[in-house]
Amino acid sequence: MLRLYVEEKMLSITTFVIVSVIKIVIALAVLLTAVAYTVWLERKLVGRIQNRWGPQRVGPFGLLQPLADGAKFIFKEDLTPPYVYKPLYIAAPILSLVLALTSISLVPIGNWVTVRGVRTPLEITDVNIGLLIILGITSLSVYGVALAGWSSNSKYSLLGSLRASAQMVSYEIALGVSLVGVLIMSGSLNLREIVDMQGGHMAGFIPRWNIFRGQIVAFFVYLAAAFAETNRVPFDLPEAETELVAGYHTEYSSMKFAMFFMAEYANMITAASIATLLFLGGWHGPLGGPWWLQAILPVFWFALKVFGFIFLYIWIRGTLPRFRYDQLMAFGWKFLFPIAVANVLVTSLIVALQK
Amino acid sequence: MLQLVLFFVFGTIAVAAAVNLLAQRHPINSALSLIVVMASLAALFLLMGAEFLAAIQVIVYAGAIMVLFVFVIMLLNAGAEERTPGSRVAMLLGFPAVVLLAGSLAWTLLARNPRPAPVALGGGFVGSPTAIAQLLFRDFLLPFEVTSVLILIAIMGAVVLASPPRTTAGAASPEPPAKRER
Repeated sequence: MLRLYVEEKMLSITTFVIVSVIKIVIALAVLLTAVAYTVWLERKLVGRIQNRWGPQRVGPFGLLQPLADGAKFIFKEDLTPPYVYKPLYIAAPILSLVLALTSISLVPIGNWVTVRGVRTPLEITDVNIGLLIILGITSLSVYGVALAGWSSNSKYSLLGSLRASAQMVSYEIALGVSLVGVLIMSGSLNLREIVDMQGGHMAGFIPRWNIFRGQIVAFFVYLAAAFAETNRVPFDLPEAETELVAGYHTEYSSMKFAMFFMAEYANMITAASIATLLFLGGWHGPLGGPWWLQAILPVFWFALKVFGFIFLYIWIRGTLPRFRYDQLMAFGWKFLFPIAVANVLVTSLIVALQK
Repeated sequence: MLQLVLFFVFGTIAVAAAVNLLAQRHPINSALSLIVVMASLAALFLLMGAEFLAAIQVIVYAGAIMVLFVFVIMLLNAGAEERTPGSRVAMLLGFPAVVLLAGSLAWTLLARNPRPAPVALGGGFVGSPTAIAQLLFRDFLLPFEVTSVLILIAIMGAVVLASPPRTTAGAASPEPPAKRER
């Protein structure tokens, strides 16, 4: 069945469950902390870009601001507006957050580790179609946004969610096709194998990352499509505050709003992780060293690359204005998609000629 | 053993969601039930070892096609449907027709393959991306391409139907200003 059964059959079921629970707890804690501090980083950096301070009152450099925000969200009154369609109104934020947190469980952040004779991958589970499962989960996350807008029974929410679903469905195609080039080169859908293909160097010093092996066009197509998939500036039409109040989450308050908020940032981190794994060589980095350094370094490189992407996300948010909606659709269908298809054709031709 | 349990769990969910699809009166609830059916079918594919099919099932059907369904329901703001008492012909002929259809399907399948092998849970199914690609792009290339042309024709037909009708006389009669919808 899945690779899981082959690789982890040696473990007894008890060990397997214990190891999995430990990994799930750690992954959740790390991811949620990362989400909280991405928000902090964004406020700080955008403040810097706009020549103001950003959060600075709570703790040194405002570092405890996420905690204060969390406490505020929990203690705020949870309003449910009248005339909403209640089952879906409640289900939508939960769906968003659950899907956003699930997809991270397949992202490999380092090599296999052996602790007291138990050999296990660093991500929660290693499956041989990991990339497809992540794409599937991301494609389902449209429903959280769409149902939130529809069930709120408000025109701003509805317009926001209509924009969001049209945009996410359109850009998903460019996003998926832009990854095909990498998949042709590595011949696998397993994220771990794709990363392993990118180890080592070309001509002595250039890393064998896919971005340096002819996939640079695909990388930029992926980058643009990922910005649109995660509803970030310059593609944040679904929550354009100048037109739509707050888009699909206008009618949400308290923790339900916080769930959408966390889901958005978790999706950003997932998109950044996929870009790192597929184009930037995952956990491979230049430095060698003693064994204890070798054990930590891969995770460090991975985190550094993901951080670079998050930084880029925020930088672009502070720099670019928002697209108009027809420009957004034309850009996705008439520019990104043909480029992605051309990239697939050229890549497959080259791979076929090399054989 | 675990796989058998999972099979019954997802099979039950699929059937229950399919019944719910018919029983619900609001179109969006029906659409969501259909998504549940798709997802549990994907889980059943996964149990048989066809992991690629399962992922494609989720990405294409649950993630793209059903999004368009939900999109249209949201756009038209479709309300709860009204129950009509149903025609007598449908009541009288419906169940015999279902029995006839199921019977002829089963008879045809059994006639072609008299001793069907039981479904092997947990593998054995030829469903790797490579195998599917070889079937699609080598063994059944012509039917595959013909189907895609058929879908293209359907899309063009939809565009023609949806585009506004052309005025026959041309510039002689300018179009009347569109009536304000209310």
